[in-house]
Amino acid sequence: MLSPRQGLLRPVGCGVEELRRRRREREAALRRARREQQLVSKRLLRDDTPEEAEGGSVASILGEAEIQQFLWLAQRGTEEKEREGALVSLRRGLQHPETQQTFIRLEGSMRTLVGLLTSNHALLQLEAARCLHELSHSEQSEVAEACLPATSYLLTYLAGHSSDLIELCLYTLGNLIVESEAGRRQLLPQGIVPALASCIQSPHLPVLEALGYALSQLLQAKEAPKKIIPSVLASSIPQHMLRLLQPGPKLNPGVAVEFAWCLHYIICSQVNNALLITHGAVSTLGLLLLYLAGSVQSPEDAGLELFLLQKHPSLLPEGLWLLNNLTANSPSICTSLLSLDLIKPLLQLLPVSNVVSVLVLTVLCNVAEKGPAYCWHLWPGPLLSSLLDTLALSDTDVVGQSLELLQLLFLYRPEAAQAFLQQSGLQALKRHEEEAQLQDRVLALQQTALHR
Amino acid sequence: MQLPPAVHARLAAGPGAAEPLPVERDPAAGAAPFRFAARLVRFPREHEFFEEGDVQRHLYLQDVLTGVAGVPERPRVPEFTCQMAGCCQVFDTLEDYEHHYHTLHRNVCSFCKRAFPSGHLLDIHILEWHDSLFQVLSERQDMYQCLVEGCTEKFKTSKDRKDHLVRHHLYPGDFRFDKPKKAKGPASPVAAMQVPTEAVGDDGDTMEVCSDHMTPPPEPVGEKRTSRHRIPSTICFGQGASRGFKSTKNKNKHQ
Repeated sequence: MLSPRQGLLRPVGCGVEELRRRRREREAALRRARREQQLVSKRLLRDDTPEEAEGGSVASILGEAEIQQFLWLAQRGTEEKEREGALVSLRRGLQHPETQQTFIRLEGSMRTLVGLLTSNHALLQLEAARCLHELSHSEQSEVAEACLPATSYLLTYLAGHSSDLIELCLYTLGNLIVESEAGRRQLLPQGIVPALASCIQSPHLPVLEALGYALSQLLQAKEAPKKIIPSVLASSIPQHMLRLLQPGPKLNPGVAVEFAWCLHYIICSQVNNALLITHGAVSTLGLLLLYLAGSVQSPEDAGLELFLLQKHPSLLPEGLWLLNNLTANSPSICTSLLSLDLIKPLLQLLPVSNVVSVLVLTVLCNVAEKGPAYCWHLWPGPLLSSLLDTLALSDTDVVGQSLELLQLLFLYRPEAAQAFLQQSGLQALKRHEEEAQLQDRVLALQQTALHR
Repeated sequence: MQLPPAVHARLAAGPGAAEPLPVERDPAAGAAPFRFAARLVRFPREHEFFEEGDVQRHLYLQDVLTGVAGVPERPRVPEFTCQMAGCCQVFDTLEDYEHHYHTLHRNVCSFCKRAFPSGHLLDIHILEWHDSLFQVLSERQDMYQCLVEGCTEKFKTSKDRKDHLVRHHLYPGDFRFDKPKKAKGPASPVAAMQVPTEAVGDDGDTMEVCSDHMTPPPEPVGEKRTSRHRIPSTICFGQGASRGFKSTKNKNKHQ
């Protein structure tokens, strides 16, 4: 399980280089974890401002006796302020892993905490929920799993009306969900999906963001495609998610981010995407993308995504994948690409990386394979010299895709073959004559060029 | 990078797809040794393609630190008292009041003053504890509904329901919001239903709605019944929310 807590609690005043180095380390750790299918990250809800009037701004580790004392005071204190104060002190102590361990090992501690959570005292209830939340966020499995007895209550409170409490319960549930399959195996029969389906109708943005987080953790689970996604799809949740992703002035970024991830996990699991399409997922997401790109035009103008891509190069693979799926079977979108002069901007993306090159070339192949009318617009133009440039590379995937595009171009626009020869195309091809994966195609192109 | 003039022109002209160019394929296209065919690409969940995005997502989760509810951040207002009859709790933030109200006054049974976490549980309670018709009907048919939202099962006795909750829904055996009705009847002025008396180390946390109140909770009989269960019109909770979120059930249950 992953544990870069430093990101949250690092000291202020760390140098920029140091921060960058740590971020790279964290990224590397996340990649490793993903490859091992051990990607676990939790969210923490915590007041960052220094506590006032409690003496000292850093919480200290609590021992067994202190924990017992605080619990006792919280339950049986006579003064209300005293009871709340005791729980607050406990909560701060629980920020430390050592305190967490001591707490869970103390007999009856969780039972008492759950008793306070379900008590008739509103502020004690909230503080108890915060204590549970701290525990749920722990990287130590046994600490988080010690919270499982509380889940039926957390779910019960989702149907209540206190948005502060609901928000806390949702983040806590989200942390417990991602923690272990045991937790999920308990939460599903306890009715978490219907509970979320009711709660998603709340008008409170913090509640919605918390819900999106909890749901995303549920949908990300290994067993989600079989055991979770079908019931989520059968509920009213998809319609509400799409509603919350509608672009416009009411779109809330924190909320939208969570539900966008939820949708991604559902869609890439390929359980029943047709259902999502009938709910309008494609047009909602298309409009959202355009909205984010700074445009409000119709979704048919596929090329506008390119400008989003230029502003955000890290999105290139995903954007080009989308463009591939849009252009593969659509003559009208291919026509739009041509009529909007978007070939040149696409070609400008070629040098970014090999992965991006292959994707760009694939999109161009999608256009070219539609026939002479399309290739007529591809030459004359910058395409040929870009292809000659790619032939100078050594990556077989990039070169291979270039060869495919050349075949289509020569077939439907013979004049381009002529120009190719004049621009030393044969020499460019010769480089790859010995390459096993490329030689047949190189040979075929040489012959085509020479015999036109 | 500037938008090409053609795009500008299209945007100015408004929406409407261009007439697509005619498609005309030659069978030699993509024929051996070539292999290209336009096709839709799908990546499964675990595919490497999603690695970069997942990494960014997790960095975000780890870095985003949401402020906790309550405590110094909230704007303070001049102290005010809860308006509910018999409650003299004092507040200096609207959020604290909102939470208090929703916890202690929102879903309150008008017969026995017990507070419930949700309208759903309140409705079930009223039906099972205070509705004499329920008693009659339950002798002939299964009337005890499952407490879990979304489950439509009904049972002959509350014990059967409890067994179902434990076995089917993995609820704890001592779930605090499923107390069987006491034999005395609806007007019984016993301690709150919230805390089970058999719990280790638990106090009988009484039904005091006002914690400063020194006298014990009043008997239901002599007391003015609180029949309003909706938020008083004078109260409006901030954050642009409508008065709590809409409950589909009418909780205005009088005797």
